[in-house]
Parts: sequence; C-alpha cells; structure tokens
Amino acid sequence: MEQKEIELLQILEKNGRLSTETIAKMMELTAEEVELMMKKLEEECTILGYSTLVNWAKVLKDERVTAMIEVKVTPTRGAGFDHVAERIYRFPEVKALYLMSGAYDLSITIEGQTMMEISRFVSDKLSTLDSVVSTVTHFVLKKYKHDGIVFDKRDDQDKRMMVTP
Amino acid sequence: MIDQSYNYIADHINQLQPSGIRRFFDLASKMENVISLGVGEPDFVTPWNVIEASYHSLEQGYTAYTANAGLLELRQELSRFLEKQYHVAYRPEDQLLITVGASQAIDLAFRAILNPGDEVLVIEPSFVSYVPAIKLAGGEPVIVEATEQHAFKVQPEDIERAITGKTKAILICSPNNPTGAALNKEELAAIGQIAQRHDLIVVSDEIYADLLYDEPFTSFAAIPNMQERTILISGFSKAFAMTGWRLGYAAAPKAIIEAMTKIHQYTIMCAPTMAQYGALEALRNGQDSVIEMKTSYRQRRNYVVRTLQDIGFPCHLPGGAFYVFPSIKGTGLTSEQFAERLLDEQKVAVVPGHVFGKSGEGYVRCSYATSMQQLTEAMKRIRRFMEQFN
Repeated sequence: MEQKEIELLQILEKNGRLSTETIAKMMELTAEEVELMMKKLEEECTILGYSTLVNWAKVLKDERVTAMIEVKVTPTRGAGFDHVAERIYRFPEVKALYLMSGAYDLSITIEGQTMMEISRFVSDKLSTLDSVVSTVTHFVLKKYKHDGIVFDKRDDQDKRMMVTP
Repeated sequence: MIDQSYNYIADHINQLQPSGIRRFFDLASKMENVISLGVGEPDFVTPWNVIEASYHSLEQGYTAYTANAGLLELRQELSRFLEKQYHVAYRPEDQLLITVGASQAIDLAFRAILNPGDEVLVIEPSFVSYVPAIKLAGGEPVIVEATEQHAFKVQPEDIERAITGKTKAILICSPNNPTGAALNKEELAAIGQIAQRHDLIVVSDEIYADLLYDEPFTSFAAIPNMQERTILISGFSKAFAMTGWRLGYAAAPKAIIEAMTKIHQYTIMCAPTMAQYGALEALRNGQDSVIEMKTSYRQRRNYVVRTLQDIGFPCHLPGGAFYVFPSIKGTGLTSEQFAERLLDEQKVAVVPGHVFGKSGEGYVRCSYATSMQQLTEAMKRIRRFMEQFN
C-alpha cells in the first residue's frame, strides 16, 4: 500500500472527524486527492466505517452492561471455526468476535440493556448452538481505556504554562 | 517608592533585561478561553516507559548523587545513540557531560570558553537565552541576522562580515527556535569553512535535531574536520517530550568537556539522578515514540503553514522544530501590537517576533505543538481577526 494511504488511515483512525480540507493540508495533498483516496479505501473495505467512541457511563439513563464471553466450540469439517463464528456474529448484540489462541476458541464482546438480557443470550442463543461446548461469561465493571483512549479526561488537560520560550 | 534592595544587585544583572516573553505570559495567563500557540514545548506527555523507568529507579533507592558528568551508563548509551543517529563518535568517559537541560550546557559552554570581551556571533532571530548567557559569561554577543528573504537561513557572507579579531565562537541553532529554519549539510559546511579559516569554536545547539521533517539531520560535528572545534549541545526535552525533567548534554573535545565539568561540579554537582534514569530508558527504547510524535508534528506543520498562507500571511515552510514564523507586516502593526490585539480580540496567544531579537520584528512565532482541534479553532480565530485588515 502506498505510504500516503497509510498516513491517511493513521490520521483517520485517530480522528475521523477532521474535514477533508484539513487532512489535505496535513498531508500536502489537494482535497480531491484525499477524497479519491478515501473512496478507494472504502470500496476495497480497508475503511469499514467512521464511528464515535462514547462513554455511556456518563449517560445517566443508560445502564447498559458489557460482558466478555469465552466460548469453546467444536470446529466444523470444511469450514473450521468460520461457520460457528458467523452464527454468533450475526446477532446484533455481539459487538466484537475474535478467534483466540489458548484455553478457549472464541471471544465475544456483547452489550445488553440488562444482565438478564445477556444471560438470556448465553442460555437461549449461544449455548444451544450445536458446536458450542462451553461458555464463561465475565461482566465488565468499569471501562478505563478503549481503543487507545483513556476515559478519564484529567489525562487531556494541558499542563503546560500559557507562554514559554 | 523605589525598592532600596535594588541597590544590592550587581550592576550587570540590573542592566540585564528580563525576557520579553514574560510580559506576554502575564497578559495571556490572566485571560480565559485562550488558545495558546505560544508554548515552546511538546504537547505530548513523556512516553510512559520513560516515566516508569524513573519510578523504578526511585523505588530501587537510586536517590543519591551520580558522577559529576552523569551516570556512566547513560553516557555510554548516549555515545552509542550519537554514533547511530548522527554518525558522530564521542567517548563516554571524557567527551560527554550530562547537564540540567540544554540551557545549562549553553551556559557552561560560554563560561568555559570566553575571556572577558570575547565576541560570539549569534544568529537572530534566536532563542531568548543566548544573548544573556554570553553576557553573563563576560562575552560580547554580536548579532548576525537571518532574514526571511533567505528563508531565515544565515548567509555565510554575513557571518564573515561580522568576524573581528575578538571573535571566539559562532552559535548556531538548527532547526531553529523561533523560525523553524534548518540548515542542510552544504550550508553547515560553508559555516564550517569560515570557522576553520578564522579558528573559531562552533557552539551548535541541536535540541531540535530529531524534529526535522523533510530530510535527514546533519550534526555540525559530523561535518569533516569540525568535531575538534564543535561543542554539540542537545537534550531530551523536545524529542522525548521531557522538558520538565531538565536534562540535556554537551559533547565536545576532551579539554572543553573537562573545563565545563569543572564549573558544573562546583555549581550543580550533577544532573538529577531520577531524570538520568528516565533518559537512559528514552535512549534505549524511546525511538518509536519519537517517530510517532514527529509524524504528528509534520502533519500539523503542513496544516498550519498552508492555512496561514491561505489566510494571506507570507510564511515559509520551516524544515524543523515546531514553530512557524509568519510575516505580519501586511497588517501595518508591530509584532507586539499584532500579538496583543490578537490575544485581546480573538483570544489566541502567539509570541511577538521581536522578543527573539530585532530581526524578529514584523513576525510572530506560532507553535503548532498543540492538538489539531485547538489548531483548527485557532486558525478560524486568526482568519476572523485578519478580516479587519482586508
């Protein structure tokens, strides 16, 4: 991949809200060139979307819970883990799914409105899949850092003096 | 009523002017919602591995003095670093000195080499400490101007013209604070020839060496035959985002380091031990962070220069450091008036160019070591401010 494309991806990964004009200036390109590059990266699915990192704990009405589920599965002939993985990631409440090395096979990150909702997902939908052998559910108590962003904003304060030589 | 205690102060200190930057700091820090482009230090916090290494040294009880010249282990690592990064060879035992910031190294260098009345050529616009440091050491600063016409790069013939029988040294800083101008190998070599012809010492402040964006950095000491007459000064502040740690160094021929160490041992003893352990980690495992920060500075430089040009400021693309130095002459204001009104009307702090020397008049220094979010807002405000002059 071209160096400029990598630079664009790195800029967008840090901050998806910069305007095309601003990015163009940062990269010494024209706005059209940046737009074309973004379009290409979107079309080849290198860029999959632009999202916002929200600290939902700040939204008082929102009491959603997050859990991480370790799943042991029996891989299926011909499709390996992919088949069962697809059966799992199709559920919209599944936010992330990874195939892991080590003591278990699949790691699920799931979000629900209540603990009950997540436990129902595990007992009704997940455990009943043929290839699933066992599950271990861990509920998240507090998020400190996600996708490289620290949630505590004290970190962001500029601690420098206003004017220095 | 005049405070009588001024009488107690030595004459040459009473005559020394406080830095013009101070007044501006006082103005800006009284206001709210100011976006400051006036900060001469990185906006990054020191990389965590460096902080952690310093913690660890404290936990292990490394709280005593080190050798005057600094931890031998640190000097050894520094020697390897200088060889690898800049292709200059310095012996850790007697050609390197760890100091309290590059600022102390500058002070020591001049105190070590200057006899009363010796002249030092200073390229202006320049960092605010050079002229006072030379005066405090009993020397005479002689100003050589680097002008916008030559992208703030000093011209060899201007240096030549300023040399007298009393000239002892040339002080250069590339990449430069406040202009960001960086001299390439050939331009440095041209200064080297002059230094050789007139047998001058070159004090080379290379604190921004790792923040050069478009070409590889050349140390003055790496110019053929120059190492023997070069005092290379640098530090950890800018590249590793360690300004508050106060850690710098000097690399020079043995006799000069010996002389500087003599002053250092009687006045400072040694640089702070915990900071030295942090610096050791920075040299060993800090390069990835430096590269990441450098990429971010380069992008912000490009953004700020192009936006300022769009707004209508003549502004050259600086090769390094994290400053741009646009001309504000089109507004008809002095740089002080410009900076004050920009602060007052749009709450953006920049530093008026004249504090960096007479030749800085007509320019302002904008630091882009601040977040893109702040920079885009600052540029919006500057654009609004400029509307009244169109």
